[in-house]
Amino acid sequence: MVNTKVNLSGLTLDNPVIPASGTFGFGYEFADIYDINILGSISCKGTTKGPRFGNPTPRIAECTNGLINSVGLQNPGVEKVISEELPKLAKFYHKPVIANVSGFSIDEYAYTCSKIDANEQVGLIEVNISCPNVHNGGMSFGTNPNSAFEVTKAVKNVTTKPVYIKLSPNVTDITEIAKACEAAGADGISLINTLMGMRIDLKTKKPVIANKMGGFSGPAIFPVAVRMVYQVYEAVKIPIIGMGGVSTAQDVIEIMLAGATAVQVGAANLVDPYACKNIIEALPSVMEKYNINSLSEIIGGSH
Amino acid sequence: MNQGIYSVLSNEKIAKDVFKMTLSGDTSSITAPGQFVNIKLDGFYLRRPISICDFDNHSITLIYKVVGQGTELMSKLSVETELDTLVGLGNGFDISKSGDRPLLIGGGVGVPPMFKLCKDLIKRGAKPAVILGFNTKDEVFYEDEFKALGTDTFVTTVDGSHGTKGFVTDAFPLVGKYSYFYTCGPLPMFKAVYNNTDTEGQFSFEERMGCGFGACMGCTCKTKYGNKRICKDGPVLVKEEIIW
Ligand SMILES: Cc1cc2nc3c(=O)[nH]c(=O)nc-3n(C[C@H](O)[C@H](O)[C@H](O)COP(=O)(O)OP(=O)(O)OC[C@H]3O[C@@H](n4cnc5c(N)ncnc54)[C@H](O)[C@@H]3O)c2cc1C
Ligand SMILES: Cc1cc2nc3c(=O)[nH]c(=O)nc-3n(C[C@H](O)[C@H](O)[C@H](O)COP(=O)(O)O)c2cc1C
Ligand code: FES
Repeated sequence: MVNTKVNLSGLTLDNPVIPASGTFGFGYEFADIYDINILGSISCKGTTKGPRFGNPTPRIAECTNGLINSVGLQNPGVEKVISEELPKLAKFYHKPVIANVSGFSIDEYAYTCSKIDANEQVGLIEVNISCPNVHNGGMSFGTNPNSAFEVTKAVKNVTTKPVYIKLSPNVTDITEIAKACEAAGADGISLINTLMGMRIDLKTKKPVIANKMGGFSGPAIFPVAVRMVYQVYEAVKIPIIGMGGVSTAQDVIEIMLAGATAVQVGAANLVDPYACKNIIEALPSVMEKYNINSLSEIIGGSH
Repeated sequence: MNQGIYSVLSNEKIAKDVFKMTLSGDTSSITAPGQFVNIKLDGFYLRRPISICDFDNHSITLIYKVVGQGTELMSKLSVETELDTLVGLGNGFDISKSGDRPLLIGGGVGVPPMFKLCKDLIKRGAKPAVILGFNTKDEVFYEDEFKALGTDTFVTTVDGSHGTKGFVTDAFPLVGKYSYFYTCGPLPMFKAVYNNTDTEGQFSFEERMGCGFGACMGCTCKTKYGNKRICKDGPVLVKEEIIW
């Protein structure tokens, strides 16, 4: 029997496979499709202080081996997430979940994280710093080591649970940002978020997405994700949740070899609702094929 | 919702750029007319949503227009091709509201979902009137199929090459009184229908989709009853909730 268990900042996951934020709602929708308790954990839809409608539609553009989304963090706000969404999920899912938090100012991040930290279903907080900072000309928190440091510090000050900072890949040197988060006390790093992308419709000669640009993800970005996980693994000592294009059990093993302790699956859930289930079921035989007895032993194994 | 491998039973051209495809497979997840399927095509990352035109216990009829590379590929699929398909998506039409004389208004490739709806309404004892709108006579399809159901069916073409000249609303005087309406078609037609109908009714919308089953929030619209995902809380919205 192979061992798929991994330890993520004190949480023991039955397997490293976690649906990525924004591609799995608040999980309960998938409970009609399969028993979601097989998942290592669930990263919930990005949550903000207040409710957000998000961006105008079209929000989706197809790409070769991927898609661009510009959902714009549609969510009912942290109060309703705590009072309605998480209780609905609790009926179907009995393990700790990952709360994914976004904000547009340091105060908003701190407010939302402190609220969500108090919820007992939440085992870990993932802070998405790809959002624009309204107090700094709209530049993303995740593209500047100082603002990444500030957000991390502010969130760490008001929380008790492990805090993972989710990095944007739209930077020149990802290791610089990761190091700033580690220095500010982050318990781990999640990466990668989507790459900025754009498609133009040849018929209308206009951008496909109403907001013109959006986040590109799916299998096409997997090599970028592997590279960035590999670099960050060498730069910091804290654990990494790796993601970006992961679609198969082989991909899970590859990104773990690059340095990930756990792995998130995003776009794949959208095109195949059974993606995470299929990956989890395939893991043991793929592990055997590559002579892997325990997944926790291969983390960073390529270095 | 059911995910399964559905195999192509037939795939033939029925009008200019319009094809009819039948698929064989499990239809037990279909709960209402106006639901749709989402088809995985080789070489394309996202699935293609297509309305269910008709179905029985083991087959589904789809009618689609070639508008881009995905539907182009679909038009070339041969019999027995196996397609990974999600079936029974969306809310579908509520037939309980129809009254005795519902009016069905389909524009272009908005016509297909009207067909099973029409059959189900007749089964309930209603006497539907049908308006099918097209640009020109080469695009007309399913006029005979609707007439064969015993309905009063009126066709409009924008250029007047077949049926009444003009838009679907130009055929309203031919219909007379109706109790309720159901419609699917392009947005400009929707607005005309909205402004020219004097009863309640239901509209079946389209939106670009990431998943088609409610996971990504890619297809959300605002309604008077709050945010709705076209793929899961729609595609059918009632007239009174629509915000244009
Ligand atoms: C609920 C629903 C039911 C539909 N029913 C039918 C039907 O019965 N018959 C029919 O001919 N068409 C129908 N459509 C439209 C059909 O999905 C598109 O024509 C088709 O996806 C185009 O694919 P393509 O690769 O040929 O075009 P491309 O333009 O190359 O497609 C690129 C991307 O845009 C998406 N896209 C393009 N046009 C549309 C559109 N109008 N709506 C949603 N996504 C779109 C595609 O799915 C793909 O992801 C329906 C759409 C929805 C949302
Ligand atoms: C439709 C969609 C919505 C997303 N929403 C969020 C979000 O709310 N918060 C977040 O941190 N990341 C969000 N992401 C990013 C994913 O969690 C993930 O980091 C990224 O898509 C890369 O993984 P993938 O290639 O497997 O999709 C979203 C991605 C998609 C496709
Ligand atoms: S397309 Fe994903 S929620 Fe509607």
